[in-house]
Amino acid sequence: MGGRSEAGQYQLSHLEALEAQSVHIMREVVAEFERPVLLFSGGKDSVVMLRLAEKAFWPARLPFPVMHVDTGHNFPEVLEFRDRRVAQLDAQLLVASVQASIDGGRVAEEPGPNPSRNRLQTRTLLDAITEHRFDAVFGGARRDEEKARAKERVYSFRDEFGQWDPKNQRPELWGLYNGRHRAGEHIRVFPLSDWTELDIWQYIAQEALDIPAIYFAHPRQVFRRDGMLLALSEFVTLVDDEEAFEASVRYRTVGDMTCTGAVESWAVTLDEVIGETAASRVTERGATRADDRVSEAAMEDRKREGYF
Amino acid sequence: MELLRFATAGSVDDGKSTLIGRLLYDSKAIFEDQLESVERISRQRGDEYTDLALLTDGLRAEREQGITIDVAYRYFATPLRKFIIADTPGHIQYTRNMVTGNSTADLTLVLVDARRGIVEQTRRHAFLASLLRVPHLLLCVNKMDLVGYDETVFNAIREEFKAFATRLEVTDLAFIPISALNGDNVVQRSLNMPWYDGQSLLHHLEQVYIASDRNLIDPRLPVQWVVRPTASTIPDFRGYAGRVAGGVFRPGDEVMVLPSGLTTTISAIDTFDGPVDEAFAPMSVMVRLAEDLDVSRGDLICRPHNRPTVGQDIDAMLCWMADRPLKEGDVVALKHTTRWVRAQAQRIHYALDVNTLHRDESASTLGLNDVGRVHLRVTQPLFYDSYRRNRTTGSFVVAAEDTNVTTGAGMILGAD
Repeated sequence: MGGRSEAGQYQLSHLEALEAQSVHIMREVVAEFERPVLLFSGGKDSVVMLRLAEKAFWPARLPFPVMHVDTGHNFPEVLEFRDRRVAQLDAQLLVASVQASIDGGRVAEEPGPNPSRNRLQTRTLLDAITEHRFDAVFGGARRDEEKARAKERVYSFRDEFGQWDPKNQRPELWGLYNGRHRAGEHIRVFPLSDWTELDIWQYIAQEALDIPAIYFAHPRQVFRRDGMLLALSEFVTLVDDEEAFEASVRYRTVGDMTCTGAVESWAVTLDEVIGETAASRVTERGATRADDRVSEAAMEDRKREGYF
Repeated sequence: MELLRFATAGSVDDGKSTLIGRLLYDSKAIFEDQLESVERISRQRGDEYTDLALLTDGLRAEREQGITIDVAYRYFATPLRKFIIADTPGHIQYTRNMVTGNSTADLTLVLVDARRGIVEQTRRHAFLASLLRVPHLLLCVNKMDLVGYDETVFNAIREEFKAFATRLEVTDLAFIPISALNGDNVVQRSLNMPWYDGQSLLHHLEQVYIASDRNLIDPRLPVQWVVRPTASTIPDFRGYAGRVAGGVFRPGDEVMVLPSGLTTTISAIDTFDGPVDEAFAPMSVMVRLAEDLDVSRGDLICRPHNRPTVGQDIDAMLCWMADRPLKEGDVVALKHTTRWVRAQAQRIHYALDVNTLHRDESASTLGLNDVGRVHLRVTQPLFYDSYRRNRTTGSFVVAAEDTNVTTGAGMILGAD
């Protein structure tokens, strides 16, 4: 961030303004909460979150651990990336395992050929928050992702059951965030609230950030289900007339392998990905997330229960 | 590319959601899957045309009831600017949402139905925008198609609103006749209104000059966080992190730290990306000082000859946002810049009718969605400017000490 910015004298560019706002939010949280944690999925949004955290606390180390809620259905490229990035930052990594929640009888695996663990993550996440007594949980959610998220606060209050009450949210004015809460309650904090998918990609390019390889076009064995291209993996079974074939694909989001779809693409550089994103006529969730297609209010319902 | 934040307000039927849907759609910020979903619901409900309002009403209850409940944030960009819309509901019980949406806005867009003209809600929206000191006010006269694109209708509304606005503190006021449904003067100039020689709405949003809206005069840095790395490579490092709230800071500047009143000079302004030679609002930076002073979160760095007011008696306009009314004598938690203090409402001078601007001086309580002038006594001195001078050091929020919910938003009054 230069003194006189690229947008003109004493005027910040949109990325500089977004960055300054996010850094401000992260510093507020660290100053006012006792036990913050940053959720890290290895996805592009959490890559940006880690860079913003670096900027907020530099030259000190991150003053909180990072936590990965591990569905067990991961892309191997993402796990490899996660471990590499955490090592670079010398950060503390916690892994909350959905498999452990299943094994411990906290949740049951969905039946059927396509057992998504997306919804199960909520229990694992809430149990980890309780176990570690986290009072602030940084998430990388953006308001442009989904309609229910468009109404969510930067500081999103969760009651003792981890629930979000969309009709009873705290007013949020200026840059004055209210993180007051009682023991057992916590605040989800979304520093990327005002960023769009395109902002994220432009920032990744500006900062020359490393991202998992699956964000770039690569050949992969896929099959078509509900109009989406899903990766062939040990976690899914083909049904009826589904057939696997090889395609050049990339991912727009990183999630559970069983419900995260790929898009056909030949974009192998960041500039090409940005070009495709700018020209895209479909949202990243509409294109690639089976979990959001369940109903018109699928995200709202999951969020009420305590989802990310 | 610059960032412009604007708030919208309109009555239930003014076509606000349709206008936003139109802006998003025409600037290609709406995606095909979103549009398909909206078309599907419109068909299911038996609407005559695709209801673009469905694009912005995200919660289940909103879609079921056909109303907007809460502030929704929307994003779109043109090659010139990135826009953040705070879309606020127009009903009277949601005044708190309008105050919220306007608190960070560079511009407020007020919608008027050309057939109905200026109504109570128009005046209320304009008043709240001026109360929150949004620098630019834009009145869009919508549904011009339903009045035959008649210039006299537009002119009459414009003159009536101008007369009303003289009672407000509005620095920049503009008027555009539009039809959100048909897209007249939204993105492109309309052929249906050749008598209108101004800009389209989108062009206005792209061009309105916002660079001079920020305070570059009064250097203010509320300290957020003291950075003290525990690393042997930088043993004595101490930086004061915060977001610049006004003015310009430069290395070598003589500065004063409040509340201690001690002075020193800035030795460096650092960021992760390297040192900078100037820091101004709203940059997030880290300042290092030449001398090792006792500085902690909640302190404020300013210039010795340009200091904020330091005091425990605060006179403010307060918008009350909770069901439980505020009474004289009540004690609340108050957050101002980077510090929480306790505050007692010692006197409610008057409650303001946001529709008529009438002052009720007999009021001794403030109820939900009331705005009033209040005298507060706080437990520790605040370092503040008037809200008119600085929207960051002049604002505060209050919260209930028992439930912790945010109950009010305050704008500090005072001599400039």
